[in-house]
Amino acid sequence: MLRLAKVNKYYRVGTHSLHVLRDIELEVADGEFVAIMGASGSGKSTLLNILGILDDYDSGEYWLGDTIIRDLTERKSANYRNRFIGFVFQSFNLLPFKTALENVALPLYYQGITRRKRNQIAAQYLERVGLRDWAEHTPSEMSGGQKQRVAIARALIAKPRLILADEPTGALDSETSKQIMDLLSEIHRSGITVLVVTHDPEVAARTQRTIRLKDGKVVDPQELAAAASHPGIAVGH
Amino acid sequence: MLIPLLEAIGIGLGIAIVLGVLVMLVMLVIAFAKMAWVALVQWRDVLSIDRWTEVLITISRSKLRTALTLISVAWGIFVLVFLLGLGRGLNNGARNQFARDATNGIWMIANKTSVPHNGYDLGRRITFDNRDYEAAKTVAGVEHIAGTYFIQGGPQGGGEMLTKRGGKASAFQINAVHSDAYFLTNNTIVQGRFLNEADVAQRRKTAVVGRPVVEFLFPPGANPIGEWIEVAGVPFQIIGVFSNPNGAENERQLYVPVSTAQLAFNGADRLGMLELTAGDAKTEQTKEIVAKIVAQLSERHQFAPNDGQAVRVFNNVENFERFQAMFFMISVFVIVIGLGTLAAGVVGVSNIMMIAVKERTKEIGVRKALGATPSSIVFMVIQESVFLTGIAGLLGLSAGVGLLGVVGNAHLTDFILDPSIDLRIGVAATLFLMLAGALAGYFPARSAAKVNPIHALRDQ
Repeated sequence: MLRLAKVNKYYRVGTHSLHVLRDIELEVADGEFVAIMGASGSGKSTLLNILGILDDYDSGEYWLGDTIIRDLTERKSANYRNRFIGFVFQSFNLLPFKTALENVALPLYYQGITRRKRNQIAAQYLERVGLRDWAEHTPSEMSGGQKQRVAIARALIAKPRLILADEPTGALDSETSKQIMDLLSEIHRSGITVLVVTHDPEVAARTQRTIRLKDGKVVDPQELAAAASHPGIAVGH
Repeated sequence: MLIPLLEAIGIGLGIAIVLGVLVMLVMLVIAFAKMAWVALVQWRDVLSIDRWTEVLITISRSKLRTALTLISVAWGIFVLVFLLGLGRGLNNGARNQFARDATNGIWMIANKTSVPHNGYDLGRRITFDNRDYEAAKTVAGVEHIAGTYFIQGGPQGGGEMLTKRGGKASAFQINAVHSDAYFLTNNTIVQGRFLNEADVAQRRKTAVVGRPVVEFLFPPGANPIGEWIEVAGVPFQIIGVFSNPNGAENERQLYVPVSTAQLAFNGADRLGMLELTAGDAKTEQTKEIVAKIVAQLSERHQFAPNDGQAVRVFNNVENFERFQAMFFMISVFVIVIGLGTLAAGVVGVSNIMMIAVKERTKEIGVRKALGATPSSIVFMVIQESVFLTGIAGLLGLSAGVGLLGVVGNAHLTDFILDPSIDLRIGVAATLFLMLAGALAGYFPARSAAKVNPIHALRDQ
């Protein structure tokens, strides 16, 4: 599905250069359900940006399917984001002035599909997340869990092969978090690759595999196991 | 030492400003070229109904922002249109005050002395005569000159004489003049001709009458030329009919040869007024001409050359020049205020667009994550901005034109006549604001479209 080889990323802050990602090696197979964990400042967001083709990297290779993601034009990267990747965010990020239906339909607008057609498709996806009756409501009239389900429907509507979820349960209570994770598991079972960035071990536990980041590096699983057997060394969660 | 330094600083500042303006212009041109290029490449998108629906939905759901933009632009255009129209109305009104007479006319009227001179006491009444006219005619710079004999008496005094034809009679103003008097008015001959030199030389009993005189004395459709009328018992033959742009009051008059009137109405060779034009001469030159004629008159009629009262002078060249200077100031004032309002409108639109884009950073981040290209985001903002300013411009334009119409019809004062605006100026101003709106949207939208979506989305 996707592969990162020796990916490095620097942020230039004034005259200083901040090494945010160091030689990231990462492979996610088709249909995997993976969690990325790490403390804040560990480079999670930057990694997510790069995976979502929202940011460039400085060296290394990022393969998405058979394509190397490097030096893409804005138009091309927008197209990949639109057709390959579905985003789910911590704060839902629905457009407040649009109804649930219009929010779900938005990715199809950027594919040039007619309003009538995309509203039809959006209605199906709302049904799938159990919010058929909420189609004409605006986000302000919905609960957090409902909003996140609308956001998930929106992420799914373009039939992406990869779902990138950035702290999808960060703003929800534990009961609702459980429901959202159920929904993500269901999506995973339908064959879509799901990558969840989280700092919540319970969320990570629901996935098949956890990748840990620390100081811009992927923590070696063996090293992790060693650390676990030496309680004196703290491992960021 | 100090002055060359200041000069150098001045030149430096000047060059800096010129360079700054040049750089800004180049940036604007590049921005426009980019916008035009993207619009050209994506014309299908820009024109698509779906896109406009999207824009309309966004506009209708952000009511406060929409209202603010509308008010700021509409108000700017409204004030501009109203001011320009009012300026035009003032100009028309003032011009109308000058419409009756030639704008380069000079009138010299015999009056009373105010200084004792050569043994004569002050307060003596001066009268001109035919020799004064002949002498003034030779003064260099005089283009057209005429003398007027003020006929004494009449039923209402002031030279209004009973004019009769058949059973009808009414009092009309009689002007006894030389043939050049035609050039001192803005009269137009609508039928026949004006008096000529032969009329004066041969003391012909000819008359040129205004349209209301014909309407009063003749049945509708009758040809008055060649017909005879009676003025204070003296028969005159009508040779021409005139009209005046300032209306009926200046048309209820007759012109007859000065020589005939002097003979018929006991005038001997007396004249009450000399009137002349001096071509395109400026005020200074006309003052010299007037001074020469007054000098001749003072010698012949024994009044002090420096007596300001003996001859009353109305110099329209001077008045008109003063009026033009005033009108120029009004125009400058109107243009400055108008441009100021327009600039305020541009600043207003720019501010609103900047805030609008800032406010929408998150939305732009979402749209980018969902697959919007940067150019589609830039154009979304520009389209909204141009659409809003266009609508607002039309609103302001119609409101301004409407109010001008109301003011024009109300006839509040003679000084404002037919206030109106060249619609092209209004449309140009609206287009200008739309352009400003497009630019005002372009720059913040462009930087917003470059923003990293994840950062934009975390920016709560």
